[in-house]
Amino acid sequence: MSVNLTLLTVMGALYACGIYLLLERSLTRVLLGLMLLANATNLLILATGGYAGLAPLFDKDTAAGDYNDPLPQALILTSIVISFAVTAFMLGIIYRTWVLARQDEIQDDAEDRRVAETPSFDAEDDSVIPVETSEFPLATVMSGDRAVRADKAASEEQPGSLNVDPSPEGGGE
Amino acid sequence: MNITSLAPLAVVLPILGAALTFLLIHHPRVQRAVSIAVLTLTLLLECWLLASVWDGGTAAVNIGGWLPPWGVVLVVDQFSSLMLVVSSAVSLAVLIYATGQGMADGDRDAPVSIFHPTYLILVAGVSNAFLTGDLFNLYVGFEILLTASYVLITLGGTGPRIRAGVTYVVVSVVSSVLFLIAIAMIYGATGTINMADLAIKLGDLDQGTRTLLHVMLLVAFGIKAAVFPLSFWLPDSYPTAPAPVTAVFAGLLTKVGVYAMVRTETLLFPGDALNAPLMVAALLTMVVGILGALAQSDIKRLLSFTLVSHIGYMVFGLAMSTVAGLGAAVFYVAHHITVQTSLFLVTGLIERRGGSSSMDRVAGLAKLSPVLGVLFFIPAMNLAGIPPFSGFLGKLGLLQAGVELGTPLAYALVIGGVLTSLLTLLAIARVWNRAFWRKPGDAEHPDPVLLAAPADSATGDRAGKTNVTLLPRTMVGSTLGLVVFGVALTVFAGPLFRVADQSAQEMLDRTSYIQAVLGPDAPVPPVPPSLHPAQVREGGGK
Repeated sequence: MSVNLTLLTVMGALYACGIYLLLERSLTRVLLGLMLLANATNLLILATGGYAGLAPLFDKDTAAGDYNDPLPQALILTSIVISFAVTAFMLGIIYRTWVLARQDEIQDDAEDRRVAETPSFDAEDDSVIPVETSEFPLATVMSGDRAVRADKAASEEQPGSLNVDPSPEGGGE
Repeated sequence: MNITSLAPLAVVLPILGAALTFLLIHHPRVQRAVSIAVLTLTLLLECWLLASVWDGGTAAVNIGGWLPPWGVVLVVDQFSSLMLVVSSAVSLAVLIYATGQGMADGDRDAPVSIFHPTYLILVAGVSNAFLTGDLFNLYVGFEILLTASYVLITLGGTGPRIRAGVTYVVVSVVSSVLFLIAIAMIYGATGTINMADLAIKLGDLDQGTRTLLHVMLLVAFGIKAAVFPLSFWLPDSYPTAPAPVTAVFAGLLTKVGVYAMVRTETLLFPGDALNAPLMVAALLTMVVGILGALAQSDIKRLLSFTLVSHIGYMVFGLAMSTVAGLGAAVFYVAHHITVQTSLFLVTGLIERRGGSSSMDRVAGLAKLSPVLGVLFFIPAMNLAGIPPFSGFLGKLGLLQAGVELGTPLAYALVIGGVLTSLLTLLAIARVWNRAFWRKPGDAEHPDPVLLAAPADSATGDRAGKTNVTLLPRTMVGSTLGLVVFGVALTVFAGPLFRVADQSAQEMLDRTSYIQAVLGPDAPVPPVPPSLHPAQVREGGGK
């Protein structure tokens, strides 16, 4: 397969510019980058068809090798339509960003930044619990006295209550 | 007439349905009925397709009368029809959930009325990607589903959704461009884009060209499937979308990427040329993903990270290229689509009932809404791989296949898999402890109305246990349906595993696929010799 050098050079330039623009923070430039990438890829597909030949319309006198390969052009047509749709959608998004934020820059993810800044100490998981906070304290279960249990359970509802036997389960054995 | 010749209807029906629902945009009731009817019909057709290939066999349909390798073919085999049935069942459940949500909230607003046509186009794209036997048609299928997903992820056009949508669109377009470049290069190198024809012709290329094309396809699909380090975009873009949209994306879109990877690895590039890098990627995906999940305080983001993490299991199964490994991966894909989607649907319900999906704001749901607790608990345990659920069976299959393979890397993956499973349990337990077991008062910023105990509530039955406004019956019902479907995957795991193993056998063998497309006389090239003798244990040939 032979390749057209001009086509190849243009394709390389389009890829380079496209990737450069894609890395910008401005959305319009990102969109331009995506369009350049899509067109560079179309040129690449065109290049896979080899040298230009005759139009692929059947003619008895033409040898099979003289026709142009029609398949890459069919592929390009499809890919042009797809990139057209995506470009239109991206323009809509850019306009919406402009309406909402008055700037066309890519925004940071607020939740992501918040999680990144959260300290590794987690109050709920890591802090030392001063008293037993279970709804079913060990002492009342073992005592078996209904009145005492109700009394203790009531006092249990207050945070910081000291009315609890702090001994751990099975600690003495 | 053979049923498999109706396979194109799996794509055509949703597209026609999309056109019809678009015309009915001002009649929400009819629109809902039409889209549910269309998806039900598609699901029944796909069940029929699956039944026809249940005992093996592959069928190809030539579209437009062009014979392969020139025309586009659709190929129905066990793997593709299994994926079709699971994906359609899941999308039907999500559609019913979404209509329930729309009816509860009033969907006369313009953005919601385009939900139905867009959703059906998404389903058509997914079906096309599963069925196609042509590389460029696979690209078109991806573009159909991606373009629909762009609209769905920015539905309503609020600030956070637009921000998330930008990341999603740009990353998806870049991966599509990479895929297209790979297709162009493959066409340049072989002169064909028919996958069965490629399976024959790619073997004649020299090793360097083959590896380049292989890597390009894997990178393109790796972005879509969210394999580490190409997974960065997923947790940033999924959580902001509406609950049903996130659910269907999490269930289906990454799995289409995994499906494409499986087809590429087995059909186009058999052998174990890139198995070691794939295994490393799988290990990193599992471990990094789940560590990310542990840091999150928002349930949707946490689930997005577990989604990334569990993609690692499927890549692990694929990278083993043994019948046992690939079969377990196929089973795991079916299990994970169902479970991950139901978890996101439940999170949508949690958001309605508790006012937020952040663990700083939600608490005490186990007492306020026991139904929600059950709905969350079952798929959560399933995801973490607690016996006897299908998650456990899938992971067990993968770990057994890894031990059978016996290479040091496979053992590292087995250890990583067990670790990831335990860490998933930890992440899920954190959600359970905070959102369900903790008292509402212990949350940092609880919602004073929604989380009030029924007796104390000034709003009466607003916070009651059977609140139909907060938890509409349609939404709870469809979530329940999906949870039951997940449990059914456990109950029928035996036959399902048998089909998964058979499909793995057929995919590694390649004969039935190539001969179904190109005719019974087509030559089937031998699978390249393996580096590890253990790997060709069963998959070499019949």
